[in-house]
Amino acid sequence: MTEPLLSVENLRTWFHTGDAVAKAVDGVSFSIGSGETLGIVGESGCGKSVTALSILRLVQQPGRIESGSRIMFEGKDLVTLDDAAMRDIRGNRISMIFQEPMSALNPVFTVGDQVAEVARIHGHGSRRDAWNRAVEMLSLTGIPAPEERAKEYPHQLSGGMRQRVLIAMALIMNPALVIADEPTTALDVTIQAQILELLVDLQKRFGTSILMITHDLGVIAETASRVVVMYCGEVVEEAEVDTLFAAAHHPYTEGLMHAMPQLSEPRARLNVIPGSVPAPTDWPSGCRFRDRCPYSWERCEREHPPLYEISPTHTSRCHLAVEPEHRANPHPPLVEQLGVSV
Amino acid sequence: MKADITPAVGKLRVFRRLMSRRSAVAAMLVLALVVIPCAAAPLFARYDPSAQPDIIALRSQPPSFAHPFGTDPFSRDVLSRVLYGGRVSLAVALIATLVSITFGTAYGAVAGFAGGAVESEMMRLLDALLSIPRLLLLIAVFAAWRQLPLPAFVLIVGFTGWYGLSRVVRGQVLALKGQDFVASARALGAGRARILMNHILPNVLTPVIVAAALGVGHVILLEAGLSYLGVGVQQPQPSWGNIIQDGSDQIARLWWISFFPGVAIVVTVMAFNILGDELREALEPRQTGAG
Amino acid sequence: MTGYLLRRIAQAVVVVVLVATIAFFLIHLAPGDPFAAAVENPNVSEGVRAHWRDAYGLDRPLPEQFVRYIASVTKGDLGWSFSLQRPVLDVLADALPHTLLLMSIALTASFALGIFLAITQVMKRGSATDRIISGVSLLFFSTPEFWLALMVIVLLAYRFPVFPIGGMVDPVTHSSLGPVFRIVDVARHTVLPALTLTLLFSAVVARYQRASLLDVLPSEYITTARAKGVPERVIVRRHALRNALLPVITLFGLAFPALLTGAVYVEKVFSWPGMGLVIVNSIDTRDYPLLMAAVIIGSILVTAGSLVADLLYRAFDPRLRHEG
Repeated sequence: MTEPLLSVENLRTWFHTGDAVAKAVDGVSFSIGSGETLGIVGESGCGKSVTALSILRLVQQPGRIESGSRIMFEGKDLVTLDDAAMRDIRGNRISMIFQEPMSALNPVFTVGDQVAEVARIHGHGSRRDAWNRAVEMLSLTGIPAPEERAKEYPHQLSGGMRQRVLIAMALIMNPALVIADEPTTALDVTIQAQILELLVDLQKRFGTSILMITHDLGVIAETASRVVVMYCGEVVEEAEVDTLFAAAHHPYTEGLMHAMPQLSEPRARLNVIPGSVPAPTDWPSGCRFRDRCPYSWERCEREHPPLYEISPTHTSRCHLAVEPEHRANPHPPLVEQLGVSV
Repeated sequence: MKADITPAVGKLRVFRRLMSRRSAVAAMLVLALVVIPCAAAPLFARYDPSAQPDIIALRSQPPSFAHPFGTDPFSRDVLSRVLYGGRVSLAVALIATLVSITFGTAYGAVAGFAGGAVESEMMRLLDALLSIPRLLLLIAVFAAWRQLPLPAFVLIVGFTGWYGLSRVVRGQVLALKGQDFVASARALGAGRARILMNHILPNVLTPVIVAAALGVGHVILLEAGLSYLGVGVQQPQPSWGNIIQDGSDQIARLWWISFFPGVAIVVTVMAFNILGDELREALEPRQTGAG
Repeated sequence: MTGYLLRRIAQAVVVVVLVATIAFFLIHLAPGDPFAAAVENPNVSEGVRAHWRDAYGLDRPLPEQFVRYIASVTKGDLGWSFSLQRPVLDVLADALPHTLLLMSIALTASFALGIFLAITQVMKRGSATDRIISGVSLLFFSTPEFWLALMVIVLLAYRFPVFPIGGMVDPVTHSSLGPVFRIVDVARHTVLPALTLTLLFSAVVARYQRASLLDVLPSEYITTARAKGVPERVIVRRHALRNALLPVITLFGLAFPALLTGAVYVEKVFSWPGMGLVIVNSIDTRDYPLLMAAVIIGSILVTAGSLVADLLYRAFDPRLRHEG
């Protein structure tokens, strides 16, 4: 692979509250090439959103990116960049699409104004130019009658239209990277598909890289080429999308797959991974998934697994990589044995 | 509204949390330094507050070692008057606030619990009462009812200061009504009065305690103002407000008569305000979550 | 919108009648009915007294007197001031503009200063600047209006005699001054009372505005703005302030009673010839018609204030603007 566009190396973002330290992101590394779509998938609380915010350095107090973390983007380390240079990158070279389009838009400004503001900050043209570009972007995202819509307030638009506004806002400066944090979660199913299609479409047109953050493997399947699975602030598996769906290695990824609704058997019971993500102030020692894992054995408690290489493009943080025989004898996970409610 | 309201306030935990905050401790210390000498004024004051030892030689003395706050034109010791006056001002404020929060809590709880037409009528009355200019009404009433005995004055002040709290309490009761533990109490067959007394009221304590602390400060200011205008605590009984009035005619020359009781008011009210803010923080700490 | 306005005005009328009722009965039920006793005031000419007895039916039962009083008030007749020997309406009409002048200056200055302080604090939240401004705000928030006014006089009128002690114009020279110097004269007299009210009220605004800004800053749309590359100062002044102003607009409605209260004390201390001074003076002279009228006008101002705040709120919040 040539020089990646963005390369996150050993990112640790911790929240310091009182005596407790919440290690929301705890040593995450991955990279994205130009024009590529990388998916990050995981349950809520796994650290994927904090990872996204860390890239743009938007984590608020008491959260802090710990030293030793590096986020290389276009030859610069974003962790140590000064505030002014960081602002030049935000919305301009790297932009972000948020989950909840209603709360992500400021209720007291018109949507056109909010889209045009990005162009006003980063562009050199007049207010008028910025407004015209905003209208043009709104039209590109498939908003009908964009001139009129631009003068409306967020509460006057439907959820899908609002998400289109956010996409217009993210793409107006033609950034190198768009971070999409659960961009379809808040939308109706039919609109979800439209929005994903639009994103893929615009990506092809502008050649943008996308970091697609989601809890939904279906979204990954539709958009991404490579995927990173996160659990408890760590990367637990990374693979090409096809590989992951064909041969997931990590038991957690397996669990996520089982939890996916299957279109072929609409009435089948949805499998959920038993238990829940532990508190970020108190990650388990050894393997962080072991209490919820159907294969765990004594080594999983003793030794924190490294990222094992399964193939040159596939890594997994699971001791099964070296002791595959344990996969033969699944057992009820510890959380169920202990009678902890599911 | 807050999503999770814990069924019990946890007195000890709140107290410990309060004591771990520096400004809360400072406020309590300051209050102790003001309240104790005022409450025990006969022990702390060196002079009788209304004694006029020597109206010629000792009148209008600036602060000195013998009279740290100076003397007034009747040769009375200002420090002793401030101590005795503080006793009156603080007692008025505490009792009036007690009246306010009792009535306000009851009204708000009943309105929130009754629901329906009763509630909406009660809230409409409250809206109307909130638009009354309190000070102007009190001035008019006390100007008409001259020489009102002090307890009546306190009651009237208390009865004009409960509207805001009622609203908060009602909101809290409405939020609690939907909570599981109330529903389960009802399922167990607990009567309305019982649910109100045992389950709802303990949980509206938070806003009530905060309102009480802030209310005392507010009433101290109100009483001082009314007394300064001559419609509050009547001479010869001293109160912080009417001592300031004593000095106001010759403020340029006899600044100390008005200055010291004013400082006492500012310090006390500020301490109550800080205590109120800190109590709020200790009772409902803001959630800081890592996402 | 018209329907809403009419409903609000109807509510306001109910409130004013309620206030008038409470004040009327509390005064008339006082020992010896001071209202009736005042009519025996020898300073009032026999003709006027007879007119009064007749007009207000002072020999009739109290409820009837009340109905007559309300009826005359609705006709715009607020009664006769015993102490000033003039119709109450004239007295208040002279005084009210002076109070409104003082209040509008104090209100403008307080909101400007208070919002400025809050923004400064929020930009540097947690810093020494933030804590010092919070402390000073709390200090003024805890200070009695009249005492602060007295201290301002001691300091800036006696110790350093920069400004006049009181009044609205110089009683000796004002009438001989030219028009420009007359304005300067009034301005000089306005400084200290306006300063006192501003110190007190900007502290309230700053406390309120700071809390409201801090409530808004964790919102997701603020994160969006940061992600767009908007500088922090623009975030606070534009994105957060526009939303955080909404609760402060409610404060604007509350400001009317608070400023009226402040005006009562400050006008007394500075002998400012406004409504507050009229009210305070009518305590000593037991001028009940004047006192009653002042309470009624006060409640009209208060309800008008909350109506104005409501309308402003609607104008500022696009979500409400588009409702019926």
